Amino acid sequence: MSRVEFMQGNTACAEGALAAGCRFFGGYPITPSTEIAETMARRLPKVGGVFISMEDELASIAAVIGAAWTGARAMTATSGPGFSLMMENIGYAAMTETPCVIVNVQRGGPSTGQPTRAAQGDMLQCRFGSHGDYSTIALTPNSVQEMFDLTVKAFNLADRFRVPTFLMSDEVVGHMRERVTIPDSVEVVPRRPLAEGSLPYEAGDDGVPGFAPFGSGRSVHVTGLTHNERGYPDTTDPAAHDRLVRRLVTKVESARRDIADYEVTNPDAETVFVTYGPPSRTVEQVMRDRQDDSIGHLRLKVVWPFPEFALSEFPNAKVFLMPELNMGQMVREVQRHVDQPVIPIPKIGGELHTPAELVRVLEAHR
Amino acid sequence: MIAPDWFREDRLPHIYCTGCGNGTVLNCTLAAVEEMGWKRNETAFISGIGCSSRAPGYILADSLHTTHGRALAFATGVKMARPDLNVVVFTGDGDLAAIGGNHFIHACRRNVDMTVVCMNNQIYGMTGGQGSPTTPPGAFSTTTPYGSSEPAFDLAELAVAAGANYVARWTSYHVKELTKAITTGMQTPGFAFIEVRTQCPTNFGRHNKLRRVPDMIEYLRSHAMLVSKYDRLAREGAGVPEGTFSVGELVRRRRPVMGAKQ
Repeated sequence: MSRVEFMQGNTACAEGALAAGCRFFGGYPITPSTEIAETMARRLPKVGGVFISMEDELASIAAVIGAAWTGARAMTATSGPGFSLMMENIGYAAMTETPCVIVNVQRGGPSTGQPTRAAQGDMLQCRFGSHGDYSTIALTPNSVQEMFDLTVKAFNLADRFRVPTFLMSDEVVGHMRERVTIPDSVEVVPRRPLAEGSLPYEAGDDGVPGFAPFGSGRSVHVTGLTHNERGYPDTTDPAAHDRLVRRLVTKVESARRDIADYEVTNPDAETVFVTYGPPSRTVEQVMRDRQDDSIGHLRLKVVWPFPEFALSEFPNAKVFLMPELNMGQMVREVQRHVDQPVIPIPKIGGELHTPAELVRVLEAHR
Repeated sequence: MIAPDWFREDRLPHIYCTGCGNGTVLNCTLAAVEEMGWKRNETAFISGIGCSSRAPGYILADSLHTTHGRALAFATGVKMARPDLNVVVFTGDGDLAAIGGNHFIHACRRNVDMTVVCMNNQIYGMTGGQGSPTTPPGAFSTTTPYGSSEPAFDLAELAVAAGANYVARWTSYHVKELTKAITTGMQTPGFAFIEVRTQCPTNFGRHNKLRRVPDMIEYLRSHAMLVSKYDRLAREGAGVPEGTFSVGELVRRRRPVMGAKQ
């Protein structure tokens, strides 16, 4: 028996985390993500979990990584400026293969920008924001229901691939209120335990090492330095660095088909919208209004690792149109995978595209 | 002195310079762990970045060698998620008091149940001897070529003011007292902070006429004054000689604790 509720996106995110078994939240208040922390503060102690308001975002993600090493499912939530502060420790989580979930309810930037307005301006930062080479997973909900569902999915992907995983939401989805179906239980994919006799950073065929939580007696040394399979620093051997970093990138990138999650509408269409997050809602409105099979829609629920094969679901496509709440961040990623023209429809300032704005561009390119 | 079963012998040779005091501090800490009777599967060692922070890498237990300045924030996550684990943090003066200053005062304020051992060599050692927040006024370093012009932080006083339940200070000369202080810190619920003034002949000493290890240790010994005498002199208005610092137990109290064992 599932239950149906009417709730805010940020609340649904917290509920999704709790359903997925999240038992640690470390955070720092920032608009427009704060309701996630507030909900966790109220709910976590009642399920035996820990909520802690840390002194800043650097401390928040650090505490989350520390908690994750005890075996707990752990999460933090923030917005642009806080996300920027977290970057060094996000790189640490990637290097040490610490599973954790970071929710970014995006707002207008740069700098403090527009705290109460929506944006999708951190899409490249969540992929490339920390120094060095690594790969991450990022999910983009477009509804309150997906705030719940994709938060659950984020925990499962984080644990399966031992990688920091991002829920790249925004002010619109975070603050809107909608009907949500909350199931009694959700699928939980746990971390694979470190096999007896295996070294702590010895990866199997899928590139993901087993996990030995603190206190399990395996004496794991975890360091952000380049390390060998034993976990010991090995910072000057070019081969050791190449082996480690190549594996960190490959374990995610080679699983992109497996991780991908997207919706295809009208695959025979010649004019195709590509969206992620709430601009998809405007595209859906346009398609409802026009009842036109010549318009296609690719809606991404996972943007990183980028599922370029999804674009070939539209074999007749002559042009791709990309409404984004930024100056054109993901449009570059699409452009490098297709021969057809890719038309950016950037919008900044905090409001969604109107249907009329999209129709204008649509008419100009068909 | 310490049981070899806490030492990762496969990590040898270690990276510390000849004459470094960190080995002594590591030795005293592990002696305290032995004294406590803690087991490997119930103890985690955590550190940030710097010479001090390499210490967990030589201990056979679960350990997190994290980012610069953030060790206490990582340790807070570990301890709050698993209160049954004993958490020991190694840090240095740059790691703790400069980049990590905010985490330091808040960890003291929360009084998270952990033991923090700070190897204060009054210099950024690993990056080659730049001035830190504890470099004494007038001391020479690669970034204070004309002598440091800033006042130095008193880390132990800072911990007392910020709310830690146990605060002590010793030097790498006082190995028995230091071991006992760390043990007492481990026994005291809440945030235990033990500052260790330790020698860095390579990067502090050679710029400050203390190049020989015995000279630096003798300097630490002769400038350390028991806190009872130090406070009495201050009370009487007599003052203390230039460069003298207090050693001993600065505070032991029972403020409310976060993350204590159930």
